[in-house]
Amino acid sequence: MDILGISCYYHDAAAALIRDGELIAAAEEERFSRLKHDSGFPTHAIRFCLEAGGIDARDLDYFVFYEKPFIKFERILLSSLQTVPRSWRVFREAMVHWLLDKLWIKGLVRNELGVEAEKILFCEHHLSHAASTFYPSPFQEAAILTVDGVGEWTTTAAGYGRGTEVTLTKELRFPHSLGLLYSAFTAYLGFQVNEGEYKVMGMAPYGEPKYVDKVRKLIDLKEDGSFWLDMDYFSYHYSLDKTFNRRFEELFGPPRTPESYFFTPSSGYPSYFGAKPPDYEEKARQNQHYADVAASIQTVTEEALLNLARALHRETGLANLCIAGGVGLNSVANGRILRETPFERLFVQPAAGDGGGALGAALWAYHSLLGKPRTFRMEHACWGQEYPDSEVRAFLEETGIPYTYLEDEEALIDRVVEAIVDGQVVGWFQGRFEWGPRALGNRSILADPRRADMKEIVNTKIKFREPYRPFAPSILAERAEEYFDLPGAAEVLPARFMLLVAPVREDKHEVIPAVTHVDGSGRPQTVVADQSPRYHRLISRFEEATGVPALLNTSFNLRGEPIVTTPANAYNTFASSGMDLLVMNHHLVEAKPNQP
Amino acid sequence: MIGKIRSMGAKFGIAGELIAFLWERKLWWMIPSITLLLLFGLLIVLTEGSALAPFIYTLF
Repeated sequence: MDILGISCYYHDAAAALIRDGELIAAAEEERFSRLKHDSGFPTHAIRFCLEAGGIDARDLDYFVFYEKPFIKFERILLSSLQTVPRSWRVFREAMVHWLLDKLWIKGLVRNELGVEAEKILFCEHHLSHAASTFYPSPFQEAAILTVDGVGEWTTTAAGYGRGTEVTLTKELRFPHSLGLLYSAFTAYLGFQVNEGEYKVMGMAPYGEPKYVDKVRKLIDLKEDGSFWLDMDYFSYHYSLDKTFNRRFEELFGPPRTPESYFFTPSSGYPSYFGAKPPDYEEKARQNQHYADVAASIQTVTEEALLNLARALHRETGLANLCIAGGVGLNSVANGRILRETPFERLFVQPAAGDGGGALGAALWAYHSLLGKPRTFRMEHACWGQEYPDSEVRAFLEETGIPYTYLEDEEALIDRVVEAIVDGQVVGWFQGRFEWGPRALGNRSILADPRRADMKEIVNTKIKFREPYRPFAPSILAERAEEYFDLPGAAEVLPARFMLLVAPVREDKHEVIPAVTHVDGSGRPQTVVADQSPRYHRLISRFEEATGVPALLNTSFNLRGEPIVTTPANAYNTFASSGMDLLVMNHHLVEAKPNQP
Repeated sequence: MIGKIRSMGAKFGIAGELIAFLWERKLWWMIPSITLLLLFGLLIVLTEGSALAPFIYTLF
């Protein structure tokens, strides 16, 4: 039985195909369209999934959309009415989008893909999230927590999964949303909403949570785990271009200038910012205030999630917890939930955000609706398209790019390790691309984690990222506990997907400085030999050469672009950056002397 | 032509489902205002064609 799930028209459009309950393929549309966070109808991702399954859309048994458009439409109409006349512009834009596209999704699927109307199903947004994390987890029984901006009406849901059933017992509704609270601060701190949230998370350790009391004025955390926002401080429920209002600014001061350089007295001033400005001291002091605000909202978000998780544990008494929704990508909070709540085991699926809803919707139809048994466990994230050596070679030959072909796997790995030990930055492209926002060794940029200056080298050469954003390590799963305070690290599944932050052991801070954040934490990806044999061998060989079983791993993309998909994307990124070596399966391309 | 007719047919079907949905959700008391809103929305769509407003965060 073939079921295709899709998500689109909101944030990250994606498609996922399951066959008899096993995942065949899953990908986000942005990887093909090259538009970051592409929310359009996922034509390319659907085509890829169908091709991977060797079927036509007409052969599908079910086609499942990840939310219920009518209920969402109801929320837009009712909340627009509640805030008239301030909501006028929101209403106007919403009508244009809904009356032109979003209401007619069923008709679009019928007409464009030829799927019969009775095969098209709709699953509620948070139920899709819940299904996306529980069904691929290894648990037969688990509590479930889904937290994001907003779905139809729901912003937070809690419940449990048992066998093939997922039951959500509680929910919080719009506009009371932890995701939208965090997004309001993301905008206040000068970042793009739905894109810069992880920058706020990275900025937080440079500050002190001095303004927790002020943030607590905006959100009231209740004993039963729920929360309530004071909407007098926000405008996201009626405004198109502002998420917070004047009262918010009176509380926290004027917002940070969007995309301005961020540096504090303790962050350093990276060379790629150019010369220090004449008012460096003043700017550093101002930025310290914003870092303190970031630390405060991060602290309160963690408190809110811990509060929710503890209440859910009291209610269910279960040992396992599955998390999903955009807030599930807050890896610092995930780490604290595992360490500080009574839950013993945690699962977060790699595409925890809206993209993952495509997978959840398909699994919900198969297990919950049809009652079919569970067999699938997600132990790796490589569900995207693969480009075999023949395609890599065809691209290189066609474009006349000089390359070396190394068939001998061991010789290739030796060559790559030699380059990394030598301080070079390597583009590493192999196999199927990853599902979700993290590069986990198939579309990665690799470097030496032992060198403190490597963070700036990678930033200067390739990523041009803000200096406060940490780089993460890929570490051999069996050695992770030596480096991280993460008991049973090899079995902690969110760590396989780089979705959990843990303290780096004190004696290792100086061993892997490039991947140790300013607060002594790190976001490891534990690499398991069974799941990623080639990547595991590469790190093992690096360990043989240096004694350190880890590599600096960052996503293979330029700033603001989606992670590379094809050999052409990889080469273009390589050629327009300062990377030293590009490895595509068994093909090596070296940087030209005049390359930037 | 047949494609267009089919597409129109599908849209009428969905519009019918939407009305049934509103009825089922006991929103019948709101039908006059929602109809007005929808007509107003339709007018916006017909007059503006596309939306290019610089919204910061779409909640729809």
